[in-house]
Amino acid sequence: MKRKLEISELIFKIISYVLLTVFAIMCLYPFLFTISSSISGEHAVEYNEVVLLPKEVQFEAFGSMFNDNLFWNAYSNTLFLTFYGTIWEIFLSILGAYALSKKRLMFRKGFNFFLVFTMWFSAGMVPQYLNYLATQKVFNSIGITDDKWLVVLAMGMHAMNIILLRNSFEGVPSEIEEAAIVDGATEMQVLWRVYIPMSKSIIATVSLFFAISRWNGYYWAKQMISNTYEKPLMVYIREKLDELSDTDKMSGWDEIYSPKSVIYALIVCSIIPILVIYPFIQRYFAKGTNVGGVKE
Amino acid sequence: MQLNASDYLIFDKDTGTYIENPEQAVRDDVEKHHWLNVGRTIIKDWRLYLMLVPMIAVFLLWRYAPMYELLACFKIDDPTGVTPVADLSYRGFTNFQTLLLGGDALSISFWRAFRNTFLLSFYGLLFGFPMPIIVALFFNEIRSNIARSIYQVITYLPKFISTVVMTSLIIMLVAPWDPTTQKEAGIVSQFLNQLGLISDEAMKNGLLRDPTFFRAIYQISGIWEGAGYDSIVFFAAIIAISPTSYEAAQIDGAGKMAQMKYVVLPSILSTIVIMLITRIGSLLSVGYEKVLLLYDQGTDVMYTTADVVSTFAQRNGILGGLQGLASAAEMMNNVVGMLLVIGANTIARKASNVSLY
Repeated sequence: MKRKLEISELIFKIISYVLLTVFAIMCLYPFLFTISSSISGEHAVEYNEVVLLPKEVQFEAFGSMFNDNLFWNAYSNTLFLTFYGTIWEIFLSILGAYALSKKRLMFRKGFNFFLVFTMWFSAGMVPQYLNYLATQKVFNSIGITDDKWLVVLAMGMHAMNIILLRNSFEGVPSEIEEAAIVDGATEMQVLWRVYIPMSKSIIATVSLFFAISRWNGYYWAKQMISNTYEKPLMVYIREKLDELSDTDKMSGWDEIYSPKSVIYALIVCSIIPILVIYPFIQRYFAKGTNVGGVKE
Repeated sequence: MQLNASDYLIFDKDTGTYIENPEQAVRDDVEKHHWLNVGRTIIKDWRLYLMLVPMIAVFLLWRYAPMYELLACFKIDDPTGVTPVADLSYRGFTNFQTLLLGGDALSISFWRAFRNTFLLSFYGLLFGFPMPIIVALFFNEIRSNIARSIYQVITYLPKFISTVVMTSLIIMLVAPWDPTTQKEAGIVSQFLNQLGLISDEAMKNGLLRDPTFFRAIYQISGIWEGAGYDSIVFFAAIIAISPTSYEAAQIDGAGKMAQMKYVVLPSILSTIVIMLITRIGSLLSVGYEKVLLLYDQGTDVMYTTADVVSTFAQRNGILGGLQGLASAAEMMNNVVGMLLVIGANTIARKASNVSLY
């Protein structure tokens, strides 16, 4: 028997739908606006004639961007940082989390505290900067002159993600591991053949979080990478944006597209990879959140 | 450790004398060889410890070593910026005194930065924290799975957009009016102006060049970014509530508000507490990236509301060469932040038996 909704329940339902719709529009609108603005003409962009749909359609903004070698440089640098950064981070996170998930590990509490303490207390921006400078000097002296490797190896590293992996590994039934050991599996084989396949979804989630944070990384990449040709995409976008307020450069502008359209086009290009992988990771999101699992 | 005589000597009834307890000999032996056993276990499981090495190396080199650099707050400044901290000479608490009690412009701007940091986070807690809970409650009202998935996919999306992209959009959407070319102000400023929320003057000046609007922009963009995604945790807690609980409440004549109060809220309270502790833990670590990217649009006027401790440290330490002073500022900020998270955790554990750490 279906119960009739009470009046207060009905009102709440209507409010929910209305407000959620408003919020969803707010979330989606900037993206649509960006795409429309990137392919609209100069006058339409500068005088706010673009509201939702593109006007005076042109593709020169994209064209000028694609003709810029610095753009391709920045894009490939970002791909480099994302690819190697994610591999490095997932490598040490899986190994560390596996060891931490073992009850037989000596000083387990100490190692856990070592990790959790970095969530409570961080040295801060300036000491970190001095530390990175020192590391950079060491790297240079052993022959690694490409600053990108410093960003790959040193940045990121979130204790929370390692703890997520650790909790997931702890959930693997020990009987399966024992069976594998009886069959003669070594430690690495246990990890590779038992633990990783059984925590596939959490590993996928965590590595995608790593990848997205590497893709989006800005501040330290800007501080540590001095060579123009090694800068990643986010730094490049910001530099282009700062050029907007440079009146000398902007006064002689006579293209059919607005300088703003170039930035909108850059933003579109930087979001596309995220939009491509987004549908695949979306169903794992709930696993990537952690409630109450930090303590052992 | 409590010592009992019976651990060492036991009474032997046959001979009527005390003899040594043989169990204690074993215990002594175990104790004597404790470290040997630890060593043996480690050698047996050496692969496990080898696996920890990369993680520990990274955290030591790039998380703990900077903490050592914090010592710079007790030392003299190094104008070249290349001398290792260990080689600088101490000068006591002068840096802290300058910041806290200096009374000059520097000390005033430090207190302003500290206040701004606190206020930005506090408003974030006040307005930003309840939002995901409300969104989760709304999601729960949508019965159709497909419709709900669509709403969720759309509202989670902003979380994955980089700070640079988000701030670039904000900067262009609230851009000032250009007096020479007569180019119009940003579209969002115009919209807000037409709604009557901001004056003509504010619109023409550009919202990011006026300190009045900085906090609002920071909070609204924060909510835009996180409200959808952060609702996942709360939504998971809400759908775990058994439907029979609602039915029981409905039979007892509970309206929607009463159901919220007596069914939903108690069920998700532990989740709320955990998320609150996490939030309080980051109360004093305002995301400097976002602030830095937003506030340099204006001039120094923006510092009145936008300058936070990290940007203060960045300006004085990295750009100005006063590493000692900047480290002292960050040291104070981080210590207070750590005390806050430990305090919040302890209170939560005492009060509701829920704690994060």
